Amino acid sequence: MILGRAFEDMCAQMYYRGKMFGFVHLYNGQEAVSTGFIKLLKQQDSVVSTYRDHVHALSKGVPARAVMSELFGKTTGCCRGQGGSMHMFSREHNLLGGFAFIGEGIPVATGAAFTSKYKREVLKEADCDHVTLAFFGDGTCNNGQFFECLNMAALWKLPIVFVVENNLWAIGMSHLRATSDPQIYKKGPAFGMPGIHVDGMDVLKVREVAKDAIGRARRGEGPTLVECETYRFRGHSLADPDELRDPAEKAHYAARDPITALKKYLIENSLASEADLKAIDKKIDEVVEDAVEFADESPVPSQSQLLENVFADPKGFGIGPDGRYRCEDPKFTEGTAHV
Amino acid sequence: MLAIARQRMLGQSFKKILPAVSVLRSYSSAAKQITVREALNSALDEEMSADPKVFLMGEEVGEYQGAYKITKGLLEKYGPERVLDTPITEAGFTGIGVGAAYYGLKPVVEFMTFNFSMQAIDHIINSAAKSNYMSAGQISVPIVFRGPNGAAAGVGAQHSQCYAAWYASCPGLKVLSPYNSEDARGLLKAAIRDPDPVVFLENELLYGESFPVSDEVLDSSFCLPIGKAKIEREGKDVTITAFSKMAAEMLEKDGIYAEVINLRSIRPLDRSTINASVRKTNRLITVEEGFPQHGVGAEICASVVEESFSYLDAPVERIAGADVPMPYAANLERMAVPQVEDIVRAAKRACYRSVPLAATA
Repeated sequence: MILGRAFEDMCAQMYYRGKMFGFVHLYNGQEAVSTGFIKLLKQQDSVVSTYRDHVHALSKGVPARAVMSELFGKTTGCCRGQGGSMHMFSREHNLLGGFAFIGEGIPVATGAAFTSKYKREVLKEADCDHVTLAFFGDGTCNNGQFFECLNMAALWKLPIVFVVENNLWAIGMSHLRATSDPQIYKKGPAFGMPGIHVDGMDVLKVREVAKDAIGRARRGEGPTLVECETYRFRGHSLADPDELRDPAEKAHYAARDPITALKKYLIENSLASEADLKAIDKKIDEVVEDAVEFADESPVPSQSQLLENVFADPKGFGIGPDGRYRCEDPKFTEGTAHV
Repeated sequence: MLAIARQRMLGQSFKKILPAVSVLRSYSSAAKQITVREALNSALDEEMSADPKVFLMGEEVGEYQGAYKITKGLLEKYGPERVLDTPITEAGFTGIGVGAAYYGLKPVVEFMTFNFSMQAIDHIINSAAKSNYMSAGQISVPIVFRGPNGAAAGVGAQHSQCYAAWYASCPGLKVLSPYNSEDARGLLKAAIRDPDPVVFLENELLYGESFPVSDEVLDSSFCLPIGKAKIEREGKDVTITAFSKMAAEMLEKDGIYAEVINLRSIRPLDRSTINASVRKTNRLITVEEGFPQHGVGAEICASVVEESFSYLDAPVERIAGADVPMPYAANLERMAVPQVEDIVRAAKRACYRSVPLAATA
């Protein structure tokens, strides 16, 4: 969680210094959800997220250096600078994105869960019990794709957990102004799956709920809908002036900061001392500083990278005027973008 | 001499040249005839049998045997885990297909018609086509989106649009459009084996048409290359490019020695074949069923102007569907889709623009 918070704060700094650009959506305040869920997963389990994906990537194991470089648009980023803040992918860590359209990740996550079941039943990989987590927000819960996937996941008993990060705001649209029945967890049973509500500012509570839901999925009992009540301390994105939210509401949730709460819990229950926690803080600061340095020093993508990876099979660029496939020409990627 | 003979030829007939047509239709005496439907069904069957990761998904593909019976018999053979009847949720099940493809399964997603793909177009473009690029090669999407495209008969405006131009403009996608049974088999097999997302545009009116196929085509390893057009008929007066059902019209209207190119692959477009042909005939007519503005013909025309401008003896003629939503009434519908007469008229226009001097003498 500390890594997530420090990282996001550094992102804000870097953005205002011009090192990061475009749309950047920070996760401050919601760290308990990411940590609570993702830290229970195995490497082969997959996570699908939205544009607010930096911390999901970090929790899943993508190195801070790779994420920071990606944000700076450098070739050493996890997607070689081609994805950006909103499109973090990692095959190694089974992070399947990073989607800008809300609701877009949910069917993709459902598909990943479907694959897990298919592998077990059709391809006979007997011990394949991979679980998929789909993270999305309160605004997405009014989108058609959400309901389509609740239906199909329950219908086909897919090993997926739908995690709603209800931070009450979709940019400037309050959840209460946008939703006829704001209690999202109640929508699960309508489709035949359990719907659970949890305090998303408390990482230990989230972890308990997550254990149950992930266990259910792993045993083949089907999907679960978990609504985590959480809050984002910053605006929707770094370009959002955040004028519509009531300062009193912000203060209320700031007092429930998951990191402060966990620190307090650890100290009160003598699980760690102040010194230990300070050491962790310091170590994380070093990791984040190192990530920034690494990203700064990394090269930008070369011109030839523009045309790379459009296709897995680059014959898709077609046949050139000389009758051969364009991609077979060694000078292909040195050209301009006009293909 | 040759010019006068040619002039006589041109003046003489736009009637069907029956011997030529029948020669074309039965070039192999031992050839078997199969319908496009059978071709698609057998291609799906063979690919599913060869690779257990291939599975089908769509509305009515299973118990109903396919809305147009393309997937007939496959549920019985492969079971409900590999032939999935989905609820009516294009966005949802297309996304599920994409998510499965991220993990190396090979879904073949059927849209009852490509008009319905508009409900899922976000997934086709944003999560399928762009993913290999956004993830810098980590995540490829070996998925096929198939279904009937374009006008059928009297199905009205919302069921008749041609989507070739829309999908072909998107980088990261491959867009194929077969004409006959050989195309259908070869291209579908190639599409399923391809590691990238492929949009496979069929034509409902062609499903029941039979075409002769050689033994080579019937072999289970038969595959056509993506990105290569086929010269259906060689000629020297004018080049006509067409795809899917329009190719059928072309073969019927010889008279002008037209060189007919069956595009097969809309993206990537085989510009090399098209340009080579235009450099030979010096005239071009593009034919398509879809709306004219920003259509496939517009792209071909631009490509030819860019690469073979000095070879053109006449402006490029673009024949497309009428710039209106498809009407229902049968006579209006007929007017809204290119007919043989339209192409003949265009060919005449293209060829008469500049008459060789010797012929007027």
